[in-house]
Amino acid sequence: MRVNFTVNGRPQEADDVWEGESLLYVLRERLGLPGSKNACEQGECGSCTVRLDGVPVCSCLVAAGQVEGRDVVTVEGLADFAKQRACGSTCGTPLDEAKQWAAKGQDSQTGEGTELSPIQQAFIDAGAVQCGFCTPGLLVAADEMLERNPNPTDADIREALSGNLCRCTGYEKIMDAVRLAAARQSEGV
Amino acid sequence: MDFLRPASWEEALAAKAEHPTAVPIAGGTDVMVEINFDHRRPEYLLDLNRVTDLTEWEVGQDSVRLGASVPYTRVMENLRAELPGLALASHTVASPQIRNRGGVGGNLGTASPAGDAHPALLAAGAEVEVESVRGSRLIPIDDFYTGVKRNALAPDELIRAVHIKKADGPQQYSKVGTRNAMVIAVCAFGLALHPETRTVRTGIGSAAPTPVRAKAAEEFLNAALEEGGFWDNGKIITPSVAKQFADLCAAACNPIDDVRGTASYRRHAVGIMARRTLTWTWESYRGTAARTEGVA
Ligand SMILES: Cc1cc2nc3c(=O)[nH]c(=O)nc-3n(C[C@H](O)[C@H](O)[C@H](O)COP(=O)(O)OP(=O)(O)OC[C@H]3O[C@@H](n4cnc5c(N)ncnc54)[C@H](O)[C@@H]3O)c2cc1C
Ligand code: FES
Ligand code: FES
Repeated sequence: MRVNFTVNGRPQEADDVWEGESLLYVLRERLGLPGSKNACEQGECGSCTVRLDGVPVCSCLVAAGQVEGRDVVTVEGLADFAKQRACGSTCGTPLDEAKQWAAKGQDSQTGEGTELSPIQQAFIDAGAVQCGFCTPGLLVAADEMLERNPNPTDADIREALSGNLCRCTGYEKIMDAVRLAAARQSEGV
Repeated sequence: MDFLRPASWEEALAAKAEHPTAVPIAGGTDVMVEINFDHRRPEYLLDLNRVTDLTEWEVGQDSVRLGASVPYTRVMENLRAELPGLALASHTVASPQIRNRGGVGGNLGTASPAGDAHPALLAAGAEVEVESVRGSRLIPIDDFYTGVKRNALAPDELIRAVHIKKADGPQQYSKVGTRNAMVIAVCAFGLALHPETRTVRTGIGSAAPTPVRAKAAEEFLNAALEEGGFWDNGKIITPSVAKQFADLCAAACNPIDDVRGTASYRRHAVGIMARRTLTWTWESYRGTAARTEGVA
């Protein structure tokens, strides 16, 4: 079947979709967006987290056909999404650009200056990324929490990220990163 | 496989009548796991996401009519006062991502003995509104669970909503697991005080082939509370009464040994949860009773 939906602000069409296929599979294998990770395919790890009509969900548990006509934001579109939220414009991320998206820090060592969302920058600055497999899901989940709750307590952060497993960091650096993003957000940096 | 996408409740009922083997999919948090792991290859998937009636709820005089697909997150955020037991139980389900998708209709559809909604529904008192092209009926929650992962739905029926009694007293929900998030219950216990009828209701999860009430324990406690005038005098429940209640709750279990726990541990834990939830709810009842009567 064919599925039409919006990905990162742009209309997309996926063809030859099998009826039992997940949104995660469509994103990764049909649209070439491998940012959302597949680690368990059973909702346990959160590495496939995307926003569906704004709501964080495990894309491995959404049937492809269920997203027809709906709006999905993936980690590849997170920087633009955060920028639009800040400035209120609506430009979206073209699929080609999203496919080529790569994290480039804004620090002086790389100097490339590709824009990251504040939460992405905070993860780099706090050293919250090791193997990186859990990172996309955590970024999407943490970004949504900060949108909803700009001044989270530690308990709020733990709760919001309780569906995201990380096997490397021990979570402390992740907590640091989210606190950092929250602090920068409230300072308006 | 065919993907059926009814745009309305009537269309959904018609599709289910035409294809009784079609598997409804709401939040997909049970169905997609089975498909991803090839445990299930239904001929038809019947998507309920476009039937927006199912994500709505109405708060009535005595009960809440909760649409089958209202996600747990909504229950936690919006119905904590009316359905405290279910809101607490909802909060223990999985993770935010799962709670944003899954709901009570899917929990009832799966009818797992470990489903967290069940003990809360049993304790509060509820009826499941099911419908087919043949008509609609209300199934009392006590008659809904018919076996391990089996329920009273006919092949052409869909769950429209659950009618849950609004709380008229304190309710609690307790669950045993290895961590707070992402845990399927080793066992669980729901308790609701109903001061208006002067009754106590219970619900036990994961400790029998189906979710069950501890009816003998309820009867014992109802009689003991009545005899001792507890509902009026608001006294602390006698420890021997609480213990007897806990023992009868443990005796209502018919658990198995499995990877999550042994049968004897489950029985033990249900007894502990019964005593604790009784203490918590009763303390809270006494607090409100004292306030409303102006007694210190
Ligand atoms: C990682 C993970 C953790 C989980 N943890 C918990 C937990 O802690 N506690 C818990 O209780 N559950 C848990 N679950 C199970 C699941 O999330 C719940 O059972 C949830 O309530 C299912 O709701 P859903 O809308 O996603 O159901 P779906 O998967 O869409 O459907 C479930 C079943 O119900 C049927 N169905 C759905 N809607 C209807 C309807 N309107 N009429 C008739 N049949 C219908 C479907 O055909 C299917 O058989 C977990 C699942 C995952 C993946
Ligand atoms: S891959 Fe979806 S939750 Fe793990
Ligand atoms: S950084 Fe490796 S899983 Fe989190």
